[in-house]
Amino acid sequence: MTTTESTSYSARTALPAVEAVEVTRSYRLEGLSVDALRGVSLRIEAAEFVAVIGPSGSGKSTLMNLFGCLDRPTTGTLRVGGADVSALSDAALARLRNETIGFVFQSFQLLGRTSALDNVALPLVYRGVRRQERRRRAQQALAAVGLTHRAGHRPTQLSGGEQQRVAIARALVGEPRLLLADEPTGNLDSHTGAEVMGLFEQLNSERGVAVVVVTHDLDVAERAHRQVHVRDGLLERDQGGPRR
Amino acid sequence: MRGAEAFRVALDALRANRLRSLLTMIGVIIGVSAVVLLVAIGSGAKQEVEEQVEGLGANLIFVVPGRFEFGSAPSVSRLELEDIDLLGRVAGNPDAVAVTVSSGEPVTEGGEEAFATVAGTNETVPYVFDRPLARGEYFSEVDVETRRRVAVLGSTVAKTLFGDVDPLGRQVTISGVRFQVIGTFADVGSTFGVDRNAEVHVPVTAAQRLFGVDRIDALAVKAPSTEGIEVLQARLVEALEDKYEGEEFSAVTQTQILGTVGEILNLLTLVLAAIAAISLLVGGVGVSNIMLVSVRERTREIGLRKALGARQRDVLLQFLVEAILLTTVGGVIGIALGVGGSLLIDRFSPLPALIAWWSPVLAFAVSVGVGVFFGVAPARRAGRLDPVVALRTE
Ligand SMILES: Nc1ncnc2c1ncn2[C@@H]1O[C@H](COP(=O)(O)OP(=O)(O)OP(=O)(O)O)[C@@H](O)[C@H]1O
Ligand SMILES: [Mg+2]
Repeated sequence: MTTTESTSYSARTALPAVEAVEVTRSYRLEGLSVDALRGVSLRIEAAEFVAVIGPSGSGKSTLMNLFGCLDRPTTGTLRVGGADVSALSDAALARLRNETIGFVFQSFQLLGRTSALDNVALPLVYRGVRRQERRRRAQQALAAVGLTHRAGHRPTQLSGGEQQRVAIARALVGEPRLLLADEPTGNLDSHTGAEVMGLFEQLNSERGVAVVVVTHDLDVAERAHRQVHVRDGLLERDQGGPRR
Repeated sequence: MRGAEAFRVALDALRANRLRSLLTMIGVIIGVSAVVLLVAIGSGAKQEVEEQVEGLGANLIFVVPGRFEFGSAPSVSRLELEDIDLLGRVAGNPDAVAVTVSSGEPVTEGGEEAFATVAGTNETVPYVFDRPLARGEYFSEVDVETRRRVAVLGSTVAKTLFGDVDPLGRQVTISGVRFQVIGTFADVGSTFGVDRNAEVHVPVTAAQRLFGVDRIDALAVKAPSTEGIEVLQARLVEALEDKYEGEEFSAVTQTQILGTVGEILNLLTLVLAAIAAISLLVGGVGVSNIMLVSVRERTREIGLRKALGARQRDVLLQFLVEAILLTTVGGVIGIALGVGGSLLIDRFSPLPALIAWWSPVLAFAVSVGVGVFFGVAPARRAGRLDPVVALRTE
């Protein structure tokens, strides 16, 4: 266990986290074709901290779904963690999501009837980790976001900021190489939003996790090391770069 | 995801919707308990009839006119008293042949009246049918020959007419003719729903005059053993058909009666079970329905699980286990109710009920099967959901 993890850690520093070459994504709606992405080439290195900015409908979520292996490109090549997404089966994609990627959603997406602890442990269920061990690791992840004292609470008993921290703990628990957050601060006040960004910064700098954050908020975007601007399904501007 | 985990998740989901789970289960509960109950009643009926026929004695051959078939009209009997001697010669033992001509008649004494099956028989009955007497004695060959008006009462008849008074030596009136009581039968069971304790035996000669007939209904021959019984049967029929040209006769053993009755009761059990199975089917459709609702309601949860790494088969397993859990819990409750109900019916109603070991086992297997069958479609739908679309639903 420990040996495989340390090998994968050395591997993660070598490969780029995401590599997109001329990626498009079109949706067919009643015969009408909507081109959400019209040819995006982008490379995100391991341990980068990137903000994706753009107007509503520009294709940010579509891009994140592709990076997160929830979806496949219509054309073009997309590599996540070195694997060609188009070539993988659904089951292989599920595994890639489970082992390589951590998601944080705007709407938290916590299971309402389940305790914070079990919500956090959920990804480990699909990794075949035993219950005891799952709970132990979930406790650690909750501790990392400062919510040890809320482990037994249900999401409805938590504030918005706390819920988002639980969601972040869930994204962390599997020790992903890539953390994807689609408007994680959209439902939070600016103070709580800043706290959440602080957590991402910490993850990025301390654990070397590549972080991609979609945001409308320029203050939030400023805290990333690189800002990628999307407009009408195309990359408009790419500012900053990997920290060296 | 391992099975144990799927089981836990399914259990949580069912608990979270307690009332709905219970209502869904009711269909299965009713179906399964109905199957168990009706099969128990069918098997109980079969067992009781078998016991009764066995109670008639081991190597009895019944000789009746016409064909022995269920559904065929009873033939008019041309058998007569001399046939006792004929069959006695064929059987090699004149004491092994009994005869009956019977009719339902009111039997009165004082102000009391009992409705009895009055059977005209001969002196061999206690031996041929193994009918022990409680008191007194059976009538003799001489009584039959001299057409003596004597009677042996079944226990309920004696009880109704005389209460606790000893009936021996007293008179009873059958269809206006007076008979003297010379014996009473020991308590026995009933055969084909006929209470044999409500019988009154009188000499066959006296009975023929009483009923105004000179035929007899049937003969019974006690074979020395079950060995070679088929040969004897054939010879009995042959002897009668030689005598009455152009007539048909049948000689049947109780094993054959058992077989025929058993077949009919098996069919009855099957029909009952089939009717109950229809309600189980309806219960299954209900499960399918609720599972589809559940999948729709939990679309976001499914999307989330998939986003976090659940494969199609993990989600499918989760919902399939949920459906199976629903039907098996319903099945177990149904089995408990069915078994309990059968015991109550057996104890407190005139219907016999017998739980065959296979019926709860089968019912359980069927509940699991119903869960799989009706759970697969909703579970597949859940498994196939696109995570991106699923996460976006409200
Ligand atoms: N499943 C879908 N079917 C059809 N069209 C879609 C689908 N998903 C997205 N689109 C379209 O693709 C385009 C990009 O959508 P996307 O959700 O990526 O935008 P976004 O940049 O995330 O916007 P927002 O900031 O409002 O979240 C939009 O025009 C949208 O209508
Ligand atoms: Mg979006």
